[in-house]
Amino acid sequence: MPRPGSAQRWASAVGRWGCRLLALLLLLLLLLVPGPGGASEITFELPDNAKQCFYEDIAQGTKCTLEFQVITGGHYDVDCRLEDPDGKVLYKEMKKQYDSFTFTASKNGTYKFCFSNEFSTFTHKTVYFDFQVGEDPPLFPSENRVSALTQMESACVSIHEALKSVIDYQTHFRLREAQGRSRAEDLNTRVAYCSLGWEVQEHGANIW
Amino acid sequence: MAAEHWLMVAGPGRGTGLGRVMRTLLVLLWLAAPGSALYFHIGETEKKCFIEEIPDETMVIGNYRTQLYDKQREEYQPATPGLGMFVEVKDPEDKVILARQYGSEGRFTFTSHTPGEHQICLHSNSTKFSLFAGGMLRVHLDIQVGEHANDYAEIAAKDKLSELQLRVRQLVEQVEQIQKEQNYQRWREERFRQTSESTNQRVLWWSILQTLILVAIGVWQMRHLKSFFEAKKLV
Repeated sequence: MPRPGSAQRWASAVGRWGCRLLALLLLLLLLLVPGPGGASEITFELPDNAKQCFYEDIAQGTKCTLEFQVITGGHYDVDCRLEDPDGKVLYKEMKKQYDSFTFTASKNGTYKFCFSNEFSTFTHKTVYFDFQVGEDPPLFPSENRVSALTQMESACVSIHEALKSVIDYQTHFRLREAQGRSRAEDLNTRVAYCSLGWEVQEHGANIW
Repeated sequence: MAAEHWLMVAGPGRGTGLGRVMRTLLVLLWLAAPGSALYFHIGETEKKCFIEEIPDETMVIGNYRTQLYDKQREEYQPATPGLGMFVEVKDPEDKVILARQYGSEGRFTFTSHTPGEHQICLHSNSTKFSLFAGGMLRVHLDIQVGEHANDYAEIAAKDKLSELQLRVRQLVEQVEQIQKEQNYQRWREERFRQTSESTNQRVLWWSILQTLILVAIGVWQMRHLKSFFEAKKLV
């Protein structure tokens, strides 16, 4: 078996060191670039006179979006407040039914957002919120950075993004429908009981 | 799984020292990065409930991690092993489909068999009231529903899929989720329509009844007054 020529040895050495250099560069990139984020979508119950706070550690420079909607309860409104790690209020709205707020984290630390139902004395509310931090993690943690995507892969990525927005619209539609249905059921109950009571009161007086 | 793939790409030299150093560094980096989950505080006897409105045959995976406030160090430490969380999941008909106790760190999974609002409730199983020492328990929670619950690295390994095949599989899962949601939407719209029609019927019958009663009372009053006046010899 012929010995590998010096040119081949040189080429393989270059290849090895090239790979290591690339790996080192990627490692440095990993340290500098903010990590992949994610989204938290939660629907929770907020009892009357209660306040519920959520916290998340966010790296500087990450673009975040907070979106919330009240699904059931009373006048379908809630107070919302978002604070940065120093306690500075980034967003504050009272008695809002639905809102969306986008911000870029100006410093590292724990961001806090609270929903308050303290203005309500006896209605408990169901609140939905979607807190998106940074970009969604890619399907392959390494592949996007090592090589460019082929046309097929790019097409898959754009279909994926489009489907994500379809799912997002579906969620909003579902929430609005839930809200509408909750109102309709309230109305139905009210018509049943109030009309009965009114009937008795009106005609009872008449007959008497 | 994702970390192993990453390591295979970045550390080509198996036996060489540099490859091993690289891999160790990467493993440390991956371990050091905290989970990007949201957290909230829960009191000792408090029960926190979350609602997931989902179509049927949808998988839900919840991951949580707890930390207890340490008064001496004035910070949150990983909770003691004895402290756990009790997780209870109820389906739309209020039937309990999962009621289990997990440790200070846990992962619960369930699949819905009826479409609708499922309720996930968490409370701590602490019996020693002094354990919390008036503080709160910090709970990191992450709930993934439907397509987001899939572990693609595991699917790729199990079915031996290429990158492109995995991407297409992800798209297929997403589209299936959209279809399920649309079906559920149809079912809900029907319920909404039934409620509205019931309200409509009730209002209609109520107003007809109201008219009839008013007419009947009117006629009765007229007759009563007529007989009264006749008795009093005014007519």
